Amino acid sequence: MTTNTVDPSEIAKFTAMAAEWWDPNGKFKPLHMLNPCRLDYITRQIAAEYDRDLAASMPFEGLRILDIGCGGGLLCEPMARLGATVVGVDAAERNIPVAQAHAAQSGLTIDYRFTTAEALAATGESFDVVLNMEVVEHVADPLGYLTACQQLLKPGGLHICSTLNRNAKSFAMAIVGAEHIMRWLPKGTHEWSKFITPDELFDLLGRAGLDPVDRKGFQFNPLTWGWKISDRDLSVNYVTTALKPT
Amino acid sequence: MDNPARTTILRLMTTDTTYDSDILVIGGGLNGSCMALAAAQGGLTVTVIDTLSGETRADPAFDGRSYALAVTSQRMLAALNLWQGLADHAQPMQQIKVTDGRVGDSAAFLGLSFDAAEMADGPMGYMVEDRHLRAALLDALAATPGITHRTSATVVAQSTDTTGACVTLSTGETLRARLLIGADGRQSGTATRAGIRRTGWTYRQSALVCAIAHEKPHNGIAHQLFLPPGPLAILPLTENRSAIVWTETTDMAQRINALPEEDYLKVLRPRFGDFLGAISLAGARYTYPLGLTLANALTAPRLALVGDAAHGVHPIAGQGLNAGLRDIAALAHVLTHAIRRGEDFASPQVLDRYAAWRRFDTATLALATDVFNRLFSNDNPLLRGLRDLGMRMVNATPDMRRAVMREAAGLSGDLPDLMRG
Repeated sequence: MTTNTVDPSEIAKFTAMAAEWWDPNGKFKPLHMLNPCRLDYITRQIAAEYDRDLAASMPFEGLRILDIGCGGGLLCEPMARLGATVVGVDAAERNIPVAQAHAAQSGLTIDYRFTTAEALAATGESFDVVLNMEVVEHVADPLGYLTACQQLLKPGGLHICSTLNRNAKSFAMAIVGAEHIMRWLPKGTHEWSKFITPDELFDLLGRAGLDPVDRKGFQFNPLTWGWKISDRDLSVNYVTTALKPT
Repeated sequence: MDNPARTTILRLMTTDTTYDSDILVIGGGLNGSCMALAAAQGGLTVTVIDTLSGETRADPAFDGRSYALAVTSQRMLAALNLWQGLADHAQPMQQIKVTDGRVGDSAAFLGLSFDAAEMADGPMGYMVEDRHLRAALLDALAATPGITHRTSATVVAQSTDTTGACVTLSTGETLRARLLIGADGRQSGTATRAGIRRTGWTYRQSALVCAIAHEKPHNGIAHQLFLPPGPLAILPLTENRSAIVWTETTDMAQRINALPEEDYLKVLRPRFGDFLGAISLAGARYTYPLGLTLANALTAPRLALVGDAAHGVHPIAGQGLNAGLRDIAALAHVLTHAIRRGEDFASPQVLDRYAAWRRFDTATLALATDVFNRLFSNDNPLLRGLRDLGMRMVNATPDMRRAVMREAAGLSGDLPDLMRG
């Protein structure tokens, strides 16, 4: 699947698409708004698990991190900047050259591949950390998918997974609010029936062979127009941490 | 895995990602120096570009200039390891007395009093002389490994692209960094070159600034007198000395400043009476035309403005440097947290957070000092009545007094890491 033949004359197009991915006020504005909050959670979990000091330079040196559904590289680039060896995969082929173009612009080395978690797991590659952010609500077979994520981890590895809860509020916020009223996301981005409750996700993670150890909410504050990590409010966006048993 | 097209993209897409330092700070004054120290503490390398020579910056003579540091500003200087060298030269302000009066009878007419004893956070602030602050900053710049201090250097051109910024010095030398910070004052060339326009006006008033030595002790009390031509502040310095800041119409201020020393003091004396005993000048005298100048944007791609470059306010409440330090603390906070998350610290999304944090504060400060000045620089009997009523109300209500004090001390609002103490 990695034989994507890219015509160099298309570079301008990819650069423009990368600029679109990375424009804080553009098409991916909601992701940019959420990103600092996601990164705070991810970096703190990794630092705690692997005993790293985030105030040091290159704290994630020596860690292999996989980001599934990497898009334009909004998570891969920060991980690479913190010193990790990063592989980003996306099932949408067009995202790969776009992410590559932006990483080159940023002076970062990131291994982007057009593939899926299941296909990558079949090759036997393994990672210290698997980032599985806002993907599981889009897949057809969540258990099969999470099992592949588990196989991609080294023993003791860290799996961070965020998704959307399924209840009346998440329907109102994520579908009516984000897609129809604010138009932050294209209509039809989410299928509410595929949303997963935190208890269901913990259950699925366990059945996939992982030990769930933490869950937190990402809470939107309409007054500050920003997101924060919440211990209690997991009603819409939430994130979990699970470990692969050693 | 290695397909030729991908390699081609990587080669063609890679822009110049070598930098002389992470940050270029344009301006080597108090704001520029503090910015450099705060950024270096966050692990960034910084080049400070200063138009003045090292000798000028290091001149140890007292030139009469001093600053009223809010509690949060003092905490920030402590967090930057500057305070231990300054503490002996700093005069704590234990009490602030606000008086509304007329020339001649002002000292007897006390309206409003704020006492640090009512606030749990120690003194209301500290008075520090410019020469001590400058010396402490120069030493710290020289002693910090990540900082390069370029003196007698003038920027003639600057440009930014998607990954960094580049400046050209008058010598033709170019320097490249990820982020450009303009700390070059009210007429910021950094802002102008970036196409950031300014909004503002002048007041046709000027501040007269001097330091005096006096016979009687000040007991750490600061006085703010509201006189019809404009406000007069008496701010305690170490020993029996005080800093004086008073406002007159620009014509009058120039005439007063041109007077011989004894005549200058003759004009000054009746304005605050004789409660400090005999007075004499203890440094040079200055006049500054008062005006408000706000940059229309605090950031541009790969660029941020701090201090007077972002907002030159009326110095009525001594909030100019304090506001600058708040900018610096907020920007350092935003940059440091971005780095710890692995974000590109100079990207628009990160700089937007700084702008959003400071925009509101800056606008309210500018508006408040402007309204305050218009309200108090007036002899209209109706306004005088309203002012007196307002001051009595605040004075009679401890909660309101504490709220005003916390605001003046800089303790209200969302505090950046460097100011938390």
